[in-house]
Amino acid sequence: MSLSVQNLTVSYGAHLVLNDLNVAPLEQGSFTALLGPNAAGKSTLFKSISGLIKAQSGEVILEEKNLNTCSKMQRSRDIIYLPQSFYSSLALSVFESVLVSLKQKTGWRVKHADIQEVAHVLSLLNIGHLSERSISELSGGQKQLVALARILVVKPKVILLDEPTSALDLHHQLSILSVIKKLTVERGFITVAALHDVNLAAKFCDQIILLDKGVIQTQGDAHKVLAMPELGQAYNVRTTLEETRKGQLYLDAELLTPQSAYA
Amino acid sequence: MSNSVTMPNDGQVILKKQDDLVNGFMASESKKIQMLSLIVLLLMVSLIVDVSIGPGNFSLGTVLEVLMNRESHGIKLEVIIWDYRLPVAVTAVLVGAMLGVAGALMQTLLNNPLAEPFTLGVSSAASFGAALAIVSGVGFAANVGSLLVTLNAFIFALGTCGVLLLLMRLKGVGTQTIILFGIAIFFAFNALLAIMQYGASETQLQRIVFWMLGSLNRASWAQISWGAILLTIVLPFCMMRTWQLTALRLGEESALSMGVDIPRLRIEILICISLLAATAVAFVGTIGFVGLVGPHIARLLVGENQRYFVPLAALLGALMLSVTSIVSKAITPGIIYPIGIITALIGVPVFLTIILRHSKEQAL
Repeated sequence: MSLSVQNLTVSYGAHLVLNDLNVAPLEQGSFTALLGPNAAGKSTLFKSISGLIKAQSGEVILEEKNLNTCSKMQRSRDIIYLPQSFYSSLALSVFESVLVSLKQKTGWRVKHADIQEVAHVLSLLNIGHLSERSISELSGGQKQLVALARILVVKPKVILLDEPTSALDLHHQLSILSVIKKLTVERGFITVAALHDVNLAAKFCDQIILLDKGVIQTQGDAHKVLAMPELGQAYNVRTTLEETRKGQLYLDAELLTPQSAYA
Repeated sequence: MSNSVTMPNDGQVILKKQDDLVNGFMASESKKIQMLSLIVLLLMVSLIVDVSIGPGNFSLGTVLEVLMNRESHGIKLEVIIWDYRLPVAVTAVLVGAMLGVAGALMQTLLNNPLAEPFTLGVSSAASFGAALAIVSGVGFAANVGSLLVTLNAFIFALGTCGVLLLLMRLKGVGTQTIILFGIAIFFAFNALLAIMQYGASETQLQRIVFWMLGSLNRASWAQISWGAILLTIVLPFCMMRTWQLTALRLGEESALSMGVDIPRLRIEILICISLLAATAVAFVGTIGFVGLVGPHIARLLVGENQRYFVPLAALLGALMLSVTSIVSKAITPGIIYPIGIITALIGVPVFLTIILRHSKEQAL
């Protein structure tokens, strides 16, 4: 099973966001980081892959099938997109919010099997103790875990995560990315996450896709992409690759000129 | 989350945890069903009390006997109970349920706890329609006699919902725009209503004011039949969409990602809201706050799982209007106060509480 994108073009009115974009096949069980500066088109790429917005042209291919020919419901079974935003004041319990995801697929009546499936996923992610808590009472990390539970319960083939670590401290960034990596491998998902931390991307992901100005600048092995000049060019920074005492690569970055900083 | 995200490996521990979670969820579902049952019970009590209260001072036993057997206490009591009091009491329940459901669905659809037929201008449009019929006899139907006022109110309310529906279909129009548009409609129809009142004769003005204050005294079995049929069709239709509506509460992008067809859902639900709100207002006149307070209390009691939220909002709306009907008769024996006044008196403090609570949540 693999996911690829061919000649995708998306524009909002006259503003061209993705320009004849191609993504080489992403394989089952792989965890890919989507990097790129702000307004590069990362969210738009995710939304067009998941079918939330309609592309002007191009194809999204999953298991050699063009998803443009599938129904919305079928596409939502195969591909789950997790947006950045969460409702902060929602009076819905964790258990109910996970059940809601499942019930979009399995009909109106709540069967015992549905309840067991939700309980299984909450236990798996070690958040069973939160099941009766309201979503509005959770921390950012807990909300991310609940969001992951909502994905797992649906059993999709592809997971698209839009900045899953953006609101988290370092400890929780590492925790969440570890869980995503483990689940991706164990369950054979194709996972793509938009990330801002280049070093975290290299640490957890198998490959990196660098998106800038609506075009894929480079795609390949995470550590190889770290060493490419395109990375610095995309972010408009000077990059230096260093090796830690453990032998891991670390990318240091600085502004090209002090004047390029905000006043 | 105080510790790292780890996945337990011990199968038995996971199974035990799963069983606990399943039992916990079942217990929580059971509590919600008990809550619904309790409100049904209170509603039945309220309905009987409403029928038993009024001029004449008949005992509760006598009223119950007449309800069980129409002719048990003669024609006079049969007419009073079956032709006057019962239609009023049942209309209060039906209209309250309609306003409760319409308010709950509007709040979910527009993601705003202050949305309801009254605040979005639907009631103002109905008032203007009624005033137009009273003052000039201008209406959308001919040869309908006294029904002209009700029909005009219904059509104006439905028309306003239709405009909101069309607006919702426009590209780039968000929920905030619709709410602001609703507020603009509210003021526009109030201004038009003022013009109608300005040009009205003394008798016409009296009729307009009486209509606007909201009254259950226009109740009839024909209206009840129409209302009951509508509610029997619309409520199950909406209930079938409660999982999609709950998904919508998780955010539009999340719902879309789950496969929810949001544009279609919005149109279907807004058509339901339009029919319910227009019918309710046409039956009893302007009654504010029931569509606001019912859903608000329902949210506090069962949260935002729409499977329980929508029916509970219906029941609480019904209970609120039924109790209002009792209060309107009980304040001064022999006088029935317009229910619109009573609902506003109860509704305003609740409305202010919602605003203050919302501000506090935003400040956190």
